[in-house]
Amino acid sequence: MTTLFTPDHEWLRIDGDVATIGITDYAQSQLGDVVFVELPKVGRSLKKAEAAAVVESVKAASDVYAPISGDVVEVNEALAAEPALVNSDAAGKAWFFKVKIADKSELGGLMDEAAYKAHTA
Amino acid sequence: MLARDEHTPLNRTPLHALHIALGGKLVPFAGYEMPVQYAPGVLREHLHTRSKAGLFDVSHMGQIALHAKSGRAEDAARALERLVPQDIVAVAPGRQRYAQFTNENGGILDDLMVANFGDHLFLVVNAACKAEDEAHLREHLSDVCIIDPLPDRALIAMQGPRAQSALAKLCADAPAMRFMDSGPHEVDGLDCFVSRSGYTGEDGFEISVPADGAERLVKKLLENDDVRLIGLGARDSLRWEAGLCLSGHDIATTTTPVEGALEWSIQKGRRHSGARAGGFIGADKILAQLDKGAPRRRVGLKAEGRAPVREGAALFADSASVEPVGSVTSGGFGPSLNAPVAMGYLPASLAAPGTQVFAEVRGQRLPLKVAATPFVPNTYKR
Repeated sequence: MTTLFTPDHEWLRIDGDVATIGITDYAQSQLGDVVFVELPKVGRSLKKAEAAAVVESVKAASDVYAPISGDVVEVNEALAAEPALVNSDAAGKAWFFKVKIADKSELGGLMDEAAYKAHTA
Repeated sequence: MLARDEHTPLNRTPLHALHIALGGKLVPFAGYEMPVQYAPGVLREHLHTRSKAGLFDVSHMGQIALHAKSGRAEDAARALERLVPQDIVAVAPGRQRYAQFTNENGGILDDLMVANFGDHLFLVVNAACKAEDEAHLREHLSDVCIIDPLPDRALIAMQGPRAQSALAKLCADAPAMRFMDSGPHEVDGLDCFVSRSGYTGEDGFEISVPADGAERLVKKLLENDDVRLIGLGARDSLRWEAGLCLSGHDIATTTTPVEGALEWSIQKGRRHSGARAGGFIGADKILAQLDKGAPRRRVGLKAEGRAPVREGAALFADSASVEPVGSVTSGGFGPSLNAPVAMGYLPASLAAPGTQVFAEVRGQRLPLKVAATPFVPNTYKR
């Protein structure tokens, strides 16, 4: 499985033609304590770069953009009940949603882990 | 809030170096570089203040001594009553009162605290308006008063159930003070002005301290494990949970004290048939609204779901109507309530507690109920 990153601090884990998407540990550390997560509806067709989810701390709301185009096939309901998972396990249990990848060529523009580390350094 | 040139250098408080040393995340606020949070973050800082004691640097606020040329505090009080709807003459020595500077339309220029220090008045005004407030005082009161800003003093607030025990170690007078007592007191050998008040809904103190002693005092207070530095982020969430107004947001030049649900702050002596009725800027509008009510009102709002409703969200009477009936002026997730709360303006007909309204958030109508404030009961030592 490959993990890719966006400059907007999202990660994508690619498994065949499905990408699991979340926000990075760096992103959660910048947001502070997460108190609310709004997820897209299963079946929604996302276009790359459109606002797909919202993550809110005590102070502010931030959009999570779709890093690639595709239909939402699953969302992480656990985040609705326990938004703080985003702080405790951003790269794991706190995944946001999964999309069926519409266009694999869109993955070409994303960063690998080394490039993302350089981006946040 | 004033728009600022991004190249204008930001002011620093006397505690700036300490904020950096203690891991404060500094952001521009009202022309100052201020700590929005420290390492624990807004949520933990908020909860710490409600359970123990939070220490806030609010040195960006304006501190002003108002002296009557006659040397009598009562003359300064009478003069100040030209600018505020409050009964200032009745503020006893050693006491303070919440007030608002009003404009010709009855709107609120800023809110402030006014203390009677015996021979003069001591005012604390908001950071964002302090230059305008000083100019306003000079324009209207210079015939009777000397307006003396005190830029060489820092201001810190200590708030929460352990505030008294923490301050008592350095200020023997502190435990005997009651809510809204205010006056000069020695704190750890420094000549301070101490008031028993704050902006969190908790019992606590605000301490005006000479700038060159501020860091030493804060370090001394932080030696107590109950006391932690708290950033402006939690200061904001604490005050909105307590239903307290932020000037320029929940109350503004376009809202009167009556619309802002601040009638409680206007004493009988300044109302119709009071001993010194009216005589302040905007009195016609405000006194009429005190008699007849205002067309709209600031209310508390509780969300039914988990999604925070924030400043600027439009409010609607039902889930489908096109025209908004009001808007949210403050709001977010209340850490002590573990739920979203907000404040905003609604027509008087929709302002009764329990009334359902809807806020538009990201294209969706979220149900809210009008609710009494404070959302978190206050713990003032009356």
